[in-house]
Amino acid sequence: MLLDQLPNNQRAEIAAIDWSVLPPDEGKRLRALGVDEGAMVSIQHRGIFFGRDPIALSIGRMTVAIRRAHARAITLREPGATA
Amino acid sequence: MTRHQPLIALVGNPNAGKSALFNALTGARQKIANYPGVTVERKSGRFAFADGRPAELIDLPGSYSLDPTSPDEAVTRDVVMGRQTGERQPDALIIVLDSANLDQHLVFALELLALGLPTVIALNMVDLAERDGLTLDAARLAADLGVPVIPTVAVRRRGLTELAEALDAVIVARQVPHAPLGEPDMRARRRRAEHIANAAIVSQTQSRRWTDRADSVLLHPFAGPVILLGLLFIIFQAVFSWATPFADALEAGAAALGDLATATIPDGFFRSMIVDGIIAGVGSVVVFLPQIIILFFFILLMEATGYMARAAFIMDRMMASVGLSGRSFIPLLSSFACAIPGIMATRSISDEKDRLTTILIAPLMTCSARLPVYTVIIAAFIPQITVGPGVGLQGLVLFGLYVFGIIGAMVVALVLRSTVAKGGASGFLMEMPKYQLPRIGDLALGLWQRAALFLRRAGTIIFAVTIGLWLLLTYPQAPEGSGMSQLDYSAAGRIAGVIEPVVAPIGFSRDIALALIPAMAAREVAVSALATTYAIDATDEDEQAQALGERLAGRWSLPTALAFLAWFVFAPQCISTIAVTRRETNGWKWPIFMLVYLFGLAWIAAGITFWTATAFGL
Ligand SMILES: Nc1nc2c(ncn2[C@@H]2O[C@H](COP(=O)(O)OP(=O)(O)OP(=O)(O)O)[C@@H](O)[C@H]2O)c(=O)[nH]1
Ligand SMILES: [Mg+2]
Repeated sequence: MLLDQLPNNQRAEIAAIDWSVLPPDEGKRLRALGVDEGAMVSIQHRGIFFGRDPIALSIGRMTVAIRRAHARAITLREPGATA
Repeated sequence: MTRHQPLIALVGNPNAGKSALFNALTGARQKIANYPGVTVERKSGRFAFADGRPAELIDLPGSYSLDPTSPDEAVTRDVVMGRQTGERQPDALIIVLDSANLDQHLVFALELLALGLPTVIALNMVDLAERDGLTLDAARLAADLGVPVIPTVAVRRRGLTELAEALDAVIVARQVPHAPLGEPDMRARRRRAEHIANAAIVSQTQSRRWTDRADSVLLHPFAGPVILLGLLFIIFQAVFSWATPFADALEAGAAALGDLATATIPDGFFRSMIVDGIIAGVGSVVVFLPQIIILFFFILLMEATGYMARAAFIMDRMMASVGLSGRSFIPLLSSFACAIPGIMATRSISDEKDRLTTILIAPLMTCSARLPVYTVIIAAFIPQITVGPGVGLQGLVLFGLYVFGIIGAMVVALVLRSTVAKGGASGFLMEMPKYQLPRIGDLALGLWQRAALFLRRAGTIIFAVTIGLWLLLTYPQAPEGSGMSQLDYSAAGRIAGVIEPVVAPIGFSRDIALALIPAMAAREVAVSALATTYAIDATDEDEQAQALGERLAGRWSLPTALAFLAWFVFAPQCISTIAVTRRETNGWKWPIFMLVYLFGLAWIAAGITFWTATAFGL
C-alpha cells in the first residue's frame, strides 16, 4: 500500500521510499524530518475542499506537511506484517 | 584563557528557540515567531559572562543537518564549519533542542557534536514539554552526550545563568564532547538519537494533545479554508473600522498644530515650510499609525500562535496551481507588512526557481506602506455605507485591492513559471509547529517596534522627501500678479510636466505625476506629496482648512481615483525593494526585470481601470 492510500489516523510503518522520483533536496529534507524506511506514520489531515492535497503527516512527535506526489513514492508495510 | 573574546554560535533545528535564547542572552530584539525558518541570516550580538568578560554570540538560521537544502541552511553550515569568509570557526556551540521533540532534534545535535567543538546543550521549551506531560532527565542526557545539558525556557529567561556558567566552563577547559559520536550517515544518527531520547524520558503522556485538537478544526478540509478567509476578511474590516477614531484624533491633532503654527509664526518662508511642508506632508502620513498597528497586531498574532504554518498548509493547493508551494506563502504573507523581509524570507525555499518567482511577485502583495495611499483615496471617494451586517463598503474595497494584488501575483507567477523561471514542480515539505498562546509582552514589543519603525520613516525619508518637494514646489516663485499658478511656475511643476504625457492616457494629471516621482523613495510619500502640493496650491482660506481627503474629492474624478489605486497595486514604488532584490539575486538582471514588468502592469491596470470607469460614466 502507498502512503497516499492510508486511511486517516491509522498508523503504519514505512517499508520503502522511491528516492529516485523525488528531487534530491526534497528527499534530503524528507529524511531529515524522519520520513524514512522504518518510521511509523499516520495521516492526520488531507488537503482542503476536494483537493486532498497536501497531507498532514504525523511522525514521532511532529506533524509534517507533505504533498501527495511525495506520499505516492512511499510504500507502507502491510498491516499485520508490522513487527 | 583566550586573548580574543570567544565566538559562540547558537545552532539547532528550526523553531527550537535559538533566537529567543539569543535575545534573552544579548538583549537583542531579533524576530522570533512560531514557525520554522524565521531567521534566515547570521546575526551577532554581545553577551557577558557573570564576571563581565565579553563574548560574541551568533544566532543562526535553523537547519536539519550540515548538508544544506536551502540558502539559509547553507549560512548555518558555513558559519559552523568556519567556511564563512572573513570569520573564524566558532570557539563554542550552544545547541538548542526542543524538549518536546527530542528524538528529532537530537539527530542534528549528534552531527554537530561530532565536530568536536566545546559545546553546551540548551534543553529548551521545558515548559511546553511539561504542558504535554513529558518529564526529561537532563543529567542522563548529559551523561549520554558527554556535554553539559541545561534545561531552559528562553522566553521566560529560565536557566540562563546556569547556561552561561556551563558555557564558561567548557570554553575555559576547552572541554570537547567525549563520546564517539561520529556516525557518518543520518539513519544511524537517527537510531542513536531515538535511543538517547528514550533513555532521557522519565515519563510521558500522549503528545501534542492541544495542537491536535486545534488542528482538527483549523486544518479541516472545509472549515479550515473558510476560517482562514474569514480571518483575512476580519483583518481588513478591522484595519478600517477600528482605526477610525484614532486616526480622526490624530488628524484633528495635526490640523490643530497647523492652525497653531499659522497663528504664531509670521508669514513667510518658515511658516510655509512648517505648515505646508512638514505638518501637511508628514502629518498626512502619521495619521495612518493606528491602521499599521492593527494590521501588525493580526500578523504578529498569526506568527506567534503557530497559525502561520497552517495558513501555508491551506494555501498550498492554490499555490501549487501556479507552480509554487505553501512554502512561498509565508514570505508572501510577510510581504503584506513589507516586501523587504518577505524577500529575505525566501531564503528558506529550497527550489531555486520557486525562490526567484516568489521574490519577483513579493512586491505585488500589498505592503503596509500602501495602506496610507489606499486609505486616503478610499476615504475620499468611496461612500461610507454598509453593504451587509458588519460589512462596510470601504473595508470591502480595501479587501478587494488586496485580493487584486494577490490575483495579479498568482497570474504573474503562472507566467513566470512557464517562461523565465521554468522548472519541475516543486514540493511542499514543512513542519507544523505546536500551537502556543501569544505572550502579551512579546506582542506589545513587536507592535512597538513596528510603530517606531513607521514613525522613524515618517521622521526621516518622508520628512526629507517632503521638504525637498516643498522646496521644488515653492521655487522659483511665480511673479506677483502674473496670474500664473505657483504649481505651474515651480521647478517641480515643470519636471512633472515632462512626465505628464506618459501618464495622461491613464487619467493622471500633472499633480499626480508630481506625487509619483518622490513616492519612489517610499510609497507613503505619495500621500504626503499630494498633501504638500495641494497645501501650497490652496487658493483661499476655506480650501486651506480642508483635510487632504476633501481636497482630493474636489479635484479628482472618480475614474482617476480608481486608476490611481490600480496603479499602486502594481507599481514598484520603492527603491529599497529593488535594492534587496539585487542583493538576493546577486545581480541587476532580476531587479531590472522586476522594475520593467511592474511598471508595465501598473500602467496597463491603471489604464484599463480609467477607461472602463470613464466608459461607464462614473
Ligand atoms: N513556551 C516556550 N516557547 C518558546 C521557548 N523558546 C522559544 N519559544 C517560542 O518558540 C517559537 C520559536 O522561537 P524562535 O526563537 O523564533 O526559534 P528559532 O530557533 O530561532 O527558529 P528559526 O529562526 O526558524 O530557526 C517562538 O514562538 C518562541 O516564542 C520556550 O522556552 N518556551
Ligand atoms: Mg531564529
